[in-house]
Amino acid sequence: MAIVKNSSQRRLAATLDWALIALYLVLVLIGWLSIYASIYATEPSSIFSFDVRSGKQFVWIATSLVLAVIVVFAVNPRLWEVVSLPAYIVLVFLLVAVIFAGSEIKGSHSWFSFGAISFQPAEISKITTSLLLAAVMSRPTFKMTVLKDFARAAFIIALPMLIIVAENETGSALVYLGFLLVLYREGMSGWVLGFIGLMVLLFILSLTVSTTVAIAVLVVLAVVYYLLDIRGTRRGSLDRRRSRLLALASIVVGTLFSLSTSLVFNKVLQDHQRSRIEVLLGLKEDISGVGYNVHQSMIAIGSGGFAGKGWLQGTQTTYGFVPEQSTDFIFCTIGEEFGFLGCLVVIALYLLLISRILHDAEESREAFTRIYGYCVAGCIAMHLFVNIGMTIGLMPVIGIPLPLISYGGSSLWSFTLMIFIFIALVRQERKYF
Amino acid sequence: MEVSPKYRRIIIGLGVMAAVLLGKLFYIQIINDSYKRSASNNSMVYQTVYPPRGLILDRDGRVLVGNTVRYDLMVTPREVTAFDTVMLATVLDTTVDFIRERMQYYRTYRTRIGFQTLPFIKQIPAEQYARFAEVEYMFPGFSGIMRSIREYPYDAGGNLLGYVSEVDASFIEKHPDYRSGDYAGRTGLEAIRERELRGEKGYHVFLRDSRNKVRSSYLDGQFDKEAVPGSNVTTTIDAQLQHYGQELMAGKVGSLVAIEPSTGEILAMVSSPGISVEQLSSIGKYYGELSRDKYKPMFNRTVQASYPPGSVFKLVNGLIGLEEGVLEPQYYYPCDHGFVYAKEHKLGCHGHRSPLNLDDAIMMSCNGYFCYVFRNILGNRKYDSTSEAFDKWREYVMSFGFGHPLGSDFPSELGGNIPSSGYYDRVYGKRAWRFPTIVSLSIGQGEIGATPLQIANMAATVANRGWYITPHIIKETEGIEIDSLYKEKRYTMVDTLQFRNVIHGMWKAVNTRPGDGGTATIAAIPGLDVCGKTGTAQNPHGKDNSVFICFAPMDNPKIAVAAYVENAGFGAAWASPIASLLVEKYLCGETSRPELEEHIKGTRLIQN
Repeated sequence: MAIVKNSSQRRLAATLDWALIALYLVLVLIGWLSIYASIYATEPSSIFSFDVRSGKQFVWIATSLVLAVIVVFAVNPRLWEVVSLPAYIVLVFLLVAVIFAGSEIKGSHSWFSFGAISFQPAEISKITTSLLLAAVMSRPTFKMTVLKDFARAAFIIALPMLIIVAENETGSALVYLGFLLVLYREGMSGWVLGFIGLMVLLFILSLTVSTTVAIAVLVVLAVVYYLLDIRGTRRGSLDRRRSRLLALASIVVGTLFSLSTSLVFNKVLQDHQRSRIEVLLGLKEDISGVGYNVHQSMIAIGSGGFAGKGWLQGTQTTYGFVPEQSTDFIFCTIGEEFGFLGCLVVIALYLLLISRILHDAEESREAFTRIYGYCVAGCIAMHLFVNIGMTIGLMPVIGIPLPLISYGGSSLWSFTLMIFIFIALVRQERKYF
Repeated sequence: MEVSPKYRRIIIGLGVMAAVLLGKLFYIQIINDSYKRSASNNSMVYQTVYPPRGLILDRDGRVLVGNTVRYDLMVTPREVTAFDTVMLATVLDTTVDFIRERMQYYRTYRTRIGFQTLPFIKQIPAEQYARFAEVEYMFPGFSGIMRSIREYPYDAGGNLLGYVSEVDASFIEKHPDYRSGDYAGRTGLEAIRERELRGEKGYHVFLRDSRNKVRSSYLDGQFDKEAVPGSNVTTTIDAQLQHYGQELMAGKVGSLVAIEPSTGEILAMVSSPGISVEQLSSIGKYYGELSRDKYKPMFNRTVQASYPPGSVFKLVNGLIGLEEGVLEPQYYYPCDHGFVYAKEHKLGCHGHRSPLNLDDAIMMSCNGYFCYVFRNILGNRKYDSTSEAFDKWREYVMSFGFGHPLGSDFPSELGGNIPSSGYYDRVYGKRAWRFPTIVSLSIGQGEIGATPLQIANMAATVANRGWYITPHIIKETEGIEIDSLYKEKRYTMVDTLQFRNVIHGMWKAVNTRPGDGGTATIAAIPGLDVCGKTGTAQNPHGKDNSVFICFAPMDNPKIAVAAYVENAGFGAAWASPIASLLVEKYLCGETSRPELEEHIKGTRLIQN
């Protein structure tokens, strides 16, 4: 493909979204420091030492920045739309292939290993899915309300998702629910989104906490929805009555769903089927192991208090109580060493990142850019919520990394690629308009 | 910018999501304190320091069970570097192959082992460990930890001493103050005063990580708690007498129990064959072998075996007859090689002169005489029926400590069996049984079961002329209290005055000239006035059991003994000399009959 000639009408500063880049860099830096802190006590060495993860992460960061520069300056952004279909097909193929040819890591067949370097197709597949989704949905003839079009979009999302479930990587598959955000933005009824979200929530709550809690949450949500929805409507109006009906209907359906979930789960399913679901939900991988992880993780975060113990001063994470502390449980280090304040800052940074992407997406005149931006934002938001939720006992333990912060080249590269494709797409518009 | 309403809602949704996360974070980081407390437990490791167990002493303060130091050589495979296997093997007295095999094992399971420290060789004697300590610096990753293990200066028999072993899950469930890794006395003396012997664990506080790697002592041990050694426990056992008893009983199946009558203190308690002290110190290794042994060495016969007491029980029947007024010492009964209790049915007896009075009947152990006595007891006009008279008889027997556990402090004591009239009603039908039906009870056979401890207690009761103190094995010392039960006299239902009549017979049984018909003349010890009664209990499983009880001296007795030797034949053959030698040892310090002692010690009645 052609490399873009120097044809910028505006200065570099004006065309790049520097705020987005700055947020990206700050998060990556926080990640690097946290990784160093998490291994500091068990393997004390220089933060640059290549024998330990902080040194390796430095290499991943450096290569990610090179990747970012290439994506922004050396690749014609038009390329992404062109290659979206073949790339998607290749990744689907790889996702299937890894089940048979991949090496097993932590019970799932989702990694290709080339010597020291491991690579997870599921990470890249998020990007190709986003690209194809953007390409398909940005066609002028695409209408979300037409069933055939809706089905097409749903299929693009569901195919890799189901393959990943078959790989035993439930966590990565769950991230694909983030794409619902795009479908919603592009015309899917909020009810579908709300309904799916509600059912997922009820399903998880019924099995991990209790049916009673699930139903209580359902009732609260329905009442809140009703109160928000009737604002500005007249008493007794048709709108108001419709809202009330919907709220009541969702309580009834949701209650039945919760009850049947636990009933089906406990009475109808065979033992082996039940334990499979329990494993998927992280209820039973081995109970003591998973329970131990969450418990240690909450102790670490909780012991941070308001302002934390200070960088490298944590006893829980630095002494190695928390497992996977530089990858999936990296948020523990932040929680312990920087306290509630640190958590607040990190979550705020993510929110800024996500809303900046959404803002740019909304501003874009290109449907492709907008849709792709929503895909990126949806993925990051899902990762954020599931990962942090897992470390503080809100979500079942399903190992997915915290974007840009967790240790690991595969994850950092794919998020870098994902974000900088978007930055490049945005820049292209700004260059010419 | 024209904003889609859905954009706004999505932003609100993200805000809600962030608020949920921050809400939970606020709760665990600021509101709830418990996580902070858990954190301090987490990074500080309390390493338990085990106290040495208290010593078990005999009545004169000699150490029955002591402690000795052994070292466990520990290895942390992760920290091991290449080393000289030949040298390690030489120092530790093991083979190079053994070391290679271990190291290969650690390599194979390295992921599972991680940073753990594992025992490499257990219980190395101190001298040998000293040799290792000199070269320890050459073997990084290896280190020794001191352990205190049990040591037994006397062969006092494993069943008496009992063993100590690591507690298991079911034990912890019953005793919540124990933790996995603790040791507890499980049987015998080790179990009785476990609470005192155990001591109090201490701990050292270290900082560590979750991989078991200890980082450093916390604040230079300011918060360490030292272990409190267990208290010493003094027993009523005479170590030398016990040791001697073990020697006498070697190679025989049965029990030997000696009691100090005036106090109820158990002087010796031998169950044979038993667990040897060598086996006791590493019970885990021998457990399987011991539990498969056909002679059941783990079965403590002294308190758990229920034997028919045989002729020694005639004393009890005689005393009951006297007390009930159906027998007088001067009553003569005939005996022509036995007692005909029903047409064509005769309870046999050996040849002796006839008729006999009570003295001589005891001296010669006449079966026929005591059949008359028991017939008189059951036929007593005072009672309306045989059944009523029988229940009265049972009450008397129970007052001698039979038919129920004595309540000794020794663990796992069983109570033997004295049948009730109800039992015979069930077997034969109500009123369908009479004296002839249960004639064997006259001579201590039939449905009676008694433990050797009960039989010894009966000997002590007779020695005391009518009372006993519940036999016990722990002596009261400073800091160790014993139950008041072990200080009270318990009187039988038979008047004290009646006892002299049977005691005279017992004296004659031992001290008549040979040829006059005394059954236990072999037990005589010059100048000691031993009183004894033989017994030959029928054994459905083979040769008769040889039984003997005695006490000495006759006046103011110092020791009462019961010897029970299974499948050894006539009472005088084995039980009498064994009991007599034990008495002599206790009262005189050494035997005047070395040939007899040699013969008894050297004879093995069992093959294995």
